[in-house]
Formats: sequence, structure tokens, C-alpha cells
Amino acid sequence: MANQFQSNTPIYLQLVNNFKHRIVSGELTVGSKLESVRDLALYFEVNPNTMQRALAELERDELVFAERTTGRFITKDKELISKMRESVAQEIIDQFILQMSSLGFSNQEAINLFIKKIEERSV
Amino acid sequence: MNTQITNKLPDAKPNLLNVSNLNKMYPKKLALSGLNLTLEPGHIVGLLGPNGSGKTTLMKILTGVIKDYSGTVTINGMPIGPETKTLVSYLPDNPYFSPWMTPLHMISMFKDFYADFSEDKCLDMLHKLGLNEKQRINTMSKGMIEKFQLCLVMSRKAMFYILDEPIGGVDPAARDFILDTILSNYDPDSTILMSTHLISDVERIFDTVIFLKEGEIVLQGDIDNIRAAEDKSIDQLFREVFKC
Repeated sequence: MANQFQSNTPIYLQLVNNFKHRIVSGELTVGSKLESVRDLALYFEVNPNTMQRALAELERDELVFAERTTGRFITKDKELISKMRESVAQEIIDQFILQMSSLGFSNQEAINLFIKKIEERSV
Repeated sequence: MNTQITNKLPDAKPNLLNVSNLNKMYPKKLALSGLNLTLEPGHIVGLLGPNGSGKTTLMKILTGVIKDYSGTVTINGMPIGPETKTLVSYLPDNPYFSPWMTPLHMISMFKDFYADFSEDKCLDMLHKLGLNEKQRINTMSKGMIEKFQLCLVMSRKAMFYILDEPIGGVDPAARDFILDTILSNYDPDSTILMSTHLISDVERIFDTVIFLKEGEIVLQGDIDNIRAAEDKSIDQLFREVFKC
């Protein structure tokens, strides 16, 4: 797992995004238990304090909750997850629009290219 | 962090490390100049600076190797001495082995010297790093000796690990393995202070960094806060701060 992080942005934020992505994609199942901070830090090969901070951030966003003695769990709030899923999708679309317009494509051209690509892929 | 206001109660636990107004003069060179530093338990701290900035000197003072300095240095509230040495596991910049020795000799010495040394842990780490405990040290490569030194110091259950350039001679693949070894043997209540020039390889395991320049601390702080504020990696920032 080494060197999977970009070292010019805070690693804890990259961890938060990694978890968000895996929660909304369903890779981490609703209500499932997370491993300990120590094990997660080892798995991602980062400092335990960095992992702790990422988990605290996810708790603040209520995507993860802690139970005093048993550990941390993925939220059971399916509505929250689906909202989060949509907002991640919005970010990707925003980026697409931004990049296409920076290449000089009009909205309609961008949409046409997008549809063409989807049709190609579904063949 | 240096100027942090502490509103601790008088009976609060002492900092792991307290350095105040530390000066160290070599003949014709000021190595450390008015240095102030506090470290708390539970951090992995990168001590970064160009050659000759005072990293090794500072580490030698913390470990009692250098005694003629001015200023105050305490570890766990105690001045540097036999009591603090039992708390500190030190990997020096140069190996101190006699050429005829094998890892087994050193392991038995460490068992005698340090109550917190675990032989089983050390042998296990040696084997994982592909070393043979019966091979004479003078037949080992530089990288192999570094790996062995690291096994020794990380097999102690110390409060404070001071590692002076622990991975300089180690190949990139083994570097990652060693960093993982450090992370997996690291007790979250202890603190590791580690100097290195291989910043881009190592910065993922730090939570705090200290930049040392000509014997003074020019930057100290939480590594992710620095990345966020500067929008740069620590490696990039280092290259800018210490541009020749």
C-alpha cells in the first residue's frame, strides 16, 4: 500500500476520501465494524495519529460512529450514505464539466461526446 | 507549537522531552543555538535539516553522548543520566559493533543491558529482514548492518526512540519494509524522533516535523497542517527552505 498517497495534500484528508468512496460504493457495508486504529494505520502504512484524525473527521460527518467499548462502525443511516453518494457524483461531474470547458468544448459538444462514449462502452 | 500556551495543572505529567535554551559550541562552530523544544508522548517526529544543521548533535545530547553543552534538557522530567538512558532507545549515526561480532553477541549484550529488550522480537525481525543471527558483522553490507541496528533498537520497549538516519544505506524495497517494521512495532504511547534525508520516502509515517537550520528550529508542527497550509509535500517544502 506504500506511496499510494500524494504527499502534497494532507494524508488524513486522502484517507477520509478513501473511506467515503468505499462507504458510498458499498465496499464497506452499512453498520459493519471497522478495524482498530492501529490495524488500519498499519494497513494503510500511515502514522496512527493520522488515521485517528481521519476517523475523527468521518465521525464528525457521521459516516462513522463510535461505541464506547466495542469500537467504530460504519453508519447505519442509508439515507445519509445515498446523499453522500450523490454529492461524490456531483463532484465528479463538476470536474468533467470544468475540464471539458477548459479544453474549449461547448456544453452540447461535451454532452454529445459523453453519450457517444457511453454507447461505445455498452456495446 | 513552540509558542503554544500551556495551561497544564502543576501536577500534570511532565513532557516527554523538554529542551530549553540549548547551546552547543564546537571549536570554531556553533552547532546548536538557543534551541527550545518540547515533545509529548505518542508521536513520530521527523527531524529534518541539511548536513551540518545540528541533527546528530541534538540527538547525541539527548542520549548523553555529548555532555558539554549549556541549557536545560530533561526527558520525562529528569536530567540526562542513567535514569533517562533506560527510557531511550538510540540508533546512532555510526554503528558501534566490533567486527568479530555476530548479531547473537549483540543480542546477548542487549539482554544484559536493557530490561526492556525482547530477544524473541529481535530474532523475529531479523529473520523477516532476511538476516542471519550467526553471520559476522564484518561480512555484512552497509544496508544489512543498518537493518540489524534497527532490529536491536526497535526490540526494546522504550518510551523514547531516537533514530539517527536509520535507513540511509537501505535499498528502496527494504526501506518500505523497515518503515512498516517501525510502524508495527511502535507503541502509541512512545515517541520516535527520527532524522532523515530521504524525506519523500519517510514522510508518510511522521505526524510532526521539525526543520533544523544552522542549529535553530525554523519550523515545527503537525505534518498535515503544514501540507494544508503550504499546499506542498514536506519534501518540496524542505527543498525550498534549504535551497542552496
